[in-house]
Amino acid sequence: MKSRHKRLLLIMGGVAVLGVAAMLVLNAFRSNLVFFYTPTQIAKGEAPNNKAFRIGGLVKAGSLTRDGLTAHFIVTDTSRETPVIYTGILPDLFKEGRGVVAQGKLQAQGQFVATEVLAKHDENYMPPEAKDAVDQAQKAARTLKQ
Amino acid sequence: MQWNNWNDFLHMGGYAVYVWGSFGACALGMLLEPWLLKRRRHAILARLSGQENVQ
Amino acid sequence: MSHSLVNWFKYASPASFYPLAGRLIPYFASAAAVLGAIGLWIGLLFAPTDAQQGEGYRIIFVHVPASWMSMFVYCIMAFWSALGLAFKTRLSGMMTAALAPTGALFAFLSLWTGALWGKPMWGAWWVWDARLTSQLILFFLYLGFIALQSAIDDPRRADKAGALLALVGVINVPIIYFSVQWWNTLHQGASVSMTKAPSMAHTMLAGMLVMALAFWAYTIAIALMRVRCIMLERELSSEWVKRNATE
Repeated sequence: MKSRHKRLLLIMGGVAVLGVAAMLVLNAFRSNLVFFYTPTQIAKGEAPNNKAFRIGGLVKAGSLTRDGLTAHFIVTDTSRETPVIYTGILPDLFKEGRGVVAQGKLQAQGQFVATEVLAKHDENYMPPEAKDAVDQAQKAARTLKQ
Repeated sequence: MQWNNWNDFLHMGGYAVYVWGSFGACALGMLLEPWLLKRRRHAILARLSGQENVQ
Repeated sequence: MSHSLVNWFKYASPASFYPLAGRLIPYFASAAAVLGAIGLWIGLLFAPTDAQQGEGYRIIFVHVPASWMSMFVYCIMAFWSALGLAFKTRLSGMMTAALAPTGALFAFLSLWTGALWGKPMWGAWWVWDARLTSQLILFFLYLGFIALQSAIDDPRRADKAGALLALVGVINVPIIYFSVQWWNTLHQGASVSMTKAPSMAHTMLAGMLVMALAFWAYTIAIALMRVRCIMLERELSSEWVKRNATE
């Protein structure tokens, strides 16, 4: 085999490998482009039926109850709510009032049975003292509005 | 200074594996790369001086 | 005007860029070392604990600079590629090739540190959300570029093929950057951007920016070191190499 042909084969092989890798990734990308659905989207029926999907939103304050390893909580996007049940270990950042993304299926009664729970945190980084100050200020602003 | 003692620093509030795993990988990569380049350069220069000796 | 143009083309030739690069390397290398030391000092010893993530957030001091550099380096490669295709200067192909391995390293470090950050905070090493997936594609683009170039023996054709790949792939960079705005992602939005005030405490921000500068200086020093190797390898038999290399 001439070296020119060998090179051509090498290049074609390389391009083919790259193409397959790109296709696999793009495929995963497309089906997961909507990484999670909000409770409002679920209420409108936009989430897939009889298929696992992810729900995302905030853990409603005061909604978390634990029963051994099983946790019950409500995911809210402030306009709609979805009750979630999950058995397993919750991540460190899972807290009431914080962001959450859970994978699982929606039951007929509207309850979401999660097989995996991930915590979604925001892009704010500050020391605890500053965080307290911000929380206090927000509380004050809320009471003023009411 | 955030740390009271050496142990607290190494412990990283329980995230030692994750924090040191990240910083360690970066240090490793960014020390290995210049080292490999130095070796590559020495190999080329050795080849060059070899050429000169032949001529 | 014509004077500066002549100057520019003078330095675009390997024979005159080689010694210039050699003179610049020590400056950028020492800048990287000094800035890196300051950045680590701020980030690891001085920056306060984060209210949400405790000490685990300190991964940000390497994760964000590595991710930024992985995107910048690809943009610079695309810039050199465009220049090379337009003006056919030998230097541009060499610069593109010199940057690729460093970009790949940073893309890898970005994914690696991200996985180590995601596991304790989110609860998963990896998720297929738009931000993480597009960053993985960037890593593949770097690997593809390196594989493509090493598969072609003729340097000029290798440069051309690589330049095309670099130019086509650059579309991925804005996708990575805006993915957190365009789609629902697990990855949070940007803490530092041009459109709003940074959402970080000052000391944390300072540490991160100093680390980013250190990564910049490192990248320039390494790219210059590698481009010097590439120049010697490609032009082993030319006169200037014999004159210069032994110095």
